[in-house]
Amino acid sequence: MALVRHGVSRRTFLKFSAAIAATLALPMSYAPRIAAAVENAPRVPLIWLRGLACGGDSQAFLQSTNPTVGELLIGALSLDYDEAFMAAAGADATGTLTGLRARFPEGYIAVVEGSVPTADGGAHATLGGRPMRDVISEVCAGAIGTIAVGSCAFDGGVAAAAGGLTGAVGVGRVINTPHLVALPGCPVNGDNLAATLVHYLTLREFPPTDGLGRPFFAYGGLIHNQCERRAHFEFGEFVQSWGDEASQKGWCLYKMGCKGPQTFANCPTQQYAESSSWNVLAGHGCIGCTMPGFWDGMGGAYQRLPAPLPFLPDVSADAIGLALTGGVAGLAVVHGAASTVRQWRVRRTKKPTPDTTEMTEMTDTTDTTEAAEVTPTAAIETTESAVPAEPLGELEGRPTVDEVWVAEQPLSEPEPVDEEPDL
Amino acid sequence: MSRIVIDPVTRAGGQLRVEAEVLGGAVTEAWLSATSFRGLESVVRGRAARDAWLVAQRVCGAATGVHALASVRAVENALGVDIPKNARLVRNILAATTLVQEHVVNFYLRELINWADPVAALTADPAATSTLARSITDWPNSDSSWYAAARDRLTALVRPGAGGPLGGAWSGHPAYRLSPEFGLMLYGHYLEALDWQRQLVRVRTILGGKSPHPQTYLVGGMAIAAEWGGPPVPPRGEHPSTRHSPPPLSQQALADMNMLLTNAARFINEAFVPDALTVAAHYPEWQRLGGGIGHYLSFGEFPVSDSFAGQLLLARGRVMDRDFANPRAIDQGSVAEAVDHAWYDYDATPDALVHPALGQTRPRYAGPALPYSSLGGLDKYSWIKAPRYADDPMETGALARMLVAYGAGNSFVRNAVDGVAFKLDAGMDSLFSTIGRTVARALEAQIVMARTTEYLRELVANLAQGDLALVNLEGWDMARWPSQASGFGLAEGPGGAVGHWLTIRDGRIADYQIVDGSTWNGSPRDNRGRPGACEQALVGTPVADPNRPLELLRTVHSFALCSACAVH
Repeated sequence: MALVRHGVSRRTFLKFSAAIAATLALPMSYAPRIAAAVENAPRVPLIWLRGLACGGDSQAFLQSTNPTVGELLIGALSLDYDEAFMAAAGADATGTLTGLRARFPEGYIAVVEGSVPTADGGAHATLGGRPMRDVISEVCAGAIGTIAVGSCAFDGGVAAAAGGLTGAVGVGRVINTPHLVALPGCPVNGDNLAATLVHYLTLREFPPTDGLGRPFFAYGGLIHNQCERRAHFEFGEFVQSWGDEASQKGWCLYKMGCKGPQTFANCPTQQYAESSSWNVLAGHGCIGCTMPGFWDGMGGAYQRLPAPLPFLPDVSADAIGLALTGGVAGLAVVHGAASTVRQWRVRRTKKPTPDTTEMTEMTDTTDTTEAAEVTPTAAIETTESAVPAEPLGELEGRPTVDEVWVAEQPLSEPEPVDEEPDL
Repeated sequence: MSRIVIDPVTRAGGQLRVEAEVLGGAVTEAWLSATSFRGLESVVRGRAARDAWLVAQRVCGAATGVHALASVRAVENALGVDIPKNARLVRNILAATTLVQEHVVNFYLRELINWADPVAALTADPAATSTLARSITDWPNSDSSWYAAARDRLTALVRPGAGGPLGGAWSGHPAYRLSPEFGLMLYGHYLEALDWQRQLVRVRTILGGKSPHPQTYLVGGMAIAAEWGGPPVPPRGEHPSTRHSPPPLSQQALADMNMLLTNAARFINEAFVPDALTVAAHYPEWQRLGGGIGHYLSFGEFPVSDSFAGQLLLARGRVMDRDFANPRAIDQGSVAEAVDHAWYDYDATPDALVHPALGQTRPRYAGPALPYSSLGGLDKYSWIKAPRYADDPMETGALARMLVAYGAGNSFVRNAVDGVAFKLDAGMDSLFSTIGRTVARALEAQIVMARTTEYLRELVANLAQGDLALVNLEGWDMARWPSQASGFGLAEGPGGAVGHWLTIRDGRIADYQIVDGSTWNGSPRDNRGRPGACEQALVGTPVADPNRPLELLRTVHSFALCSACAVH
């Protein structure tokens, strides 16, 4: 199935092998191995199913780079079922979903996009007159592994947010498999999906993941710690108002509601569309879309996070952000590395900074901050012994829309006081 | 009389089902059913009005950004806020690139399989294909070695009998008419379209941070900022990553976007438009089939002035009974939805048409027990509501926009449409058809693509003059909002006219209703039992083989239906 035979140049091919190694944080010495696997390995069949979805993850996959979807499909994968793409329709399409294990003795990978509705007996998503839930659990049960792409497949996403009417849940709640890889994001970064697939093609296993099934290579670091605007945060240089001078200088968006300090993803380094940009670089704060329950658990998009976070270089993966977002604290799955949390340095200003403050004054007041030593909370120090038995569970405890919005967001959004955070 | 069921209708943006009665080799009646429901209108409710667009945007990840646009426009309308010129141009570029990209994707990835047999294309002679392609277009990738390689790549996607994504086509169906060489030319461009679209995705990523779901909209403008006082300020201090892409309105990014848009336009002009006309020319009977109800609605798009109520590139209006010479003005107040045949309840007036500002979303599944094999004989059969304009079902989409703009005297549209009518040796009547929708998308892509580079030039010129404003903050401070306000936001997406209606109470969304282009086109029957646009267009469709109803897919996909959008 040589890609080269199919018109992909050798040079392009080696370039992509190196790029994929970089995405996966594998040593460059893996590049030839990746090349060999993608070029020579038998095709891996892919069965792509949709629950309640907007199609954004399919689009992200179609637009992935390094490798492109064309390269993947022509060279290494066999997209045997994907309603967004396939020629067959009707019973001729769904018919191919039966007897998958017999058809693919070497196994197949299931990809699920979208959430799975459970209300009304599953009538909120049907395929060929059957509940999508049944189709998904059957197909995934026979798969080598399941990849949940996007936030909806991860934990129910937007259909499961406060106000949702469908009883939507993430795919992990309706299938029973130890081999579930979750690639949350709204939508998934297509490059992370392509890299996960290539990891499997190369090593015949999925990349190592955290307790929620998110691969470390993509969800192992805080956005805040990788952000190109981070230095401005350290220097107290903040955008105070949309379109102000600070925004034109590319200063930190923390005060405009950026959720980067609590969000784990590789957006700043991987970026999107051939590294053309990512949200914070473009000028709008992160909304935390890779985090469980982010629609309700992280406050409004323009609501400042409760406390300015100090630099936490060694906090890894799935720990802290959730512990700080009260509404979904029960989800915090803390990895061992979290116990290496250093003591926090916390900035404290002596008085509130009104919105109208001039930029120079703002910088001054922030520069007079004094450091305070704060001990991290117990939740943050929790170690692996605290991993819940059901990693993807506990979503029901989410606050209602009234609890979240009425309690947290005053109408006029007065400038929060930068005082010592109540950790 | 026999009943045909297609479930799923693949390549339709979500779960979609068609049932049709066939008599004497033609469809006598058809029912379109979306079989999934997400309830996003209900999720938007209760959230801060400034955040509403983030949720509303998730209606569609393919026609991405369109619902964000309609949503911020609705809040801006409620607050009476106009946006700065730069923001208007940036929004136009985002919306235009989505429109053009989706038209291309719809043609190659969704429609082409209905017109050209991919298995037959594998038997094409590359040299003959090259000669053929060169007689049609100047597109550079046209020599026989390129087509030989394209045939190899296509083989990997088809793999008849072995389960490639294109291998499951109804190969050998008598309704296929294009020669293998035409097929290889078209599928060669299919493969190129996969790569081509990333150019427009890059433009949207530069301006939107990512795509799908660009994230730089704000109530009052855009969050991207013009660079201040010259070159970018380098980040200070220790830094875990290096900035490896330029900010959105830097000289570098503006130059990149200009290059990307210019390159992208070439594929539209030299591949997409000639390919769509090739299909049209080979299927003359489809220039008569699939016309449907003959009423066309366009909310209009691409504001050329900075006021919400200002002038539009593609006009707002409607065409009734195919009378495109006399488009009529429209008023959003005449839009209303019925749920008589959809799985919802209305509180007070169950069989009424309700304006979206007063609309409700109360799902109540009333279909057969699962699993089921037929929806036949049921009153309620879809998750799509039935929108009507002044009581009439309407068709929306590229064809509607082209007809309204033509009637309104838009010279770009007139030249393009008249040129095609001449080339195809067909009258304007041939537009009222299945193939007319496909041709309209190609022409619209060409027109809009050309305007997009103009929007970028205007943006560059305006920035150079020192106008760096991208947001109007008049409406940002919620403390100054009225305690209650209502508004609407209209937009045009790839699939048609999009409207969002909302009520804000104490800064939060109290009511929210969305009517998408696919809601109009995919509508079920209404309170008076009249079918929606696609259902009506399917009547009369010939069916050569009831087990392989390829012809039905042609008309369904001609609407560029998105089931996820239609229901939301």
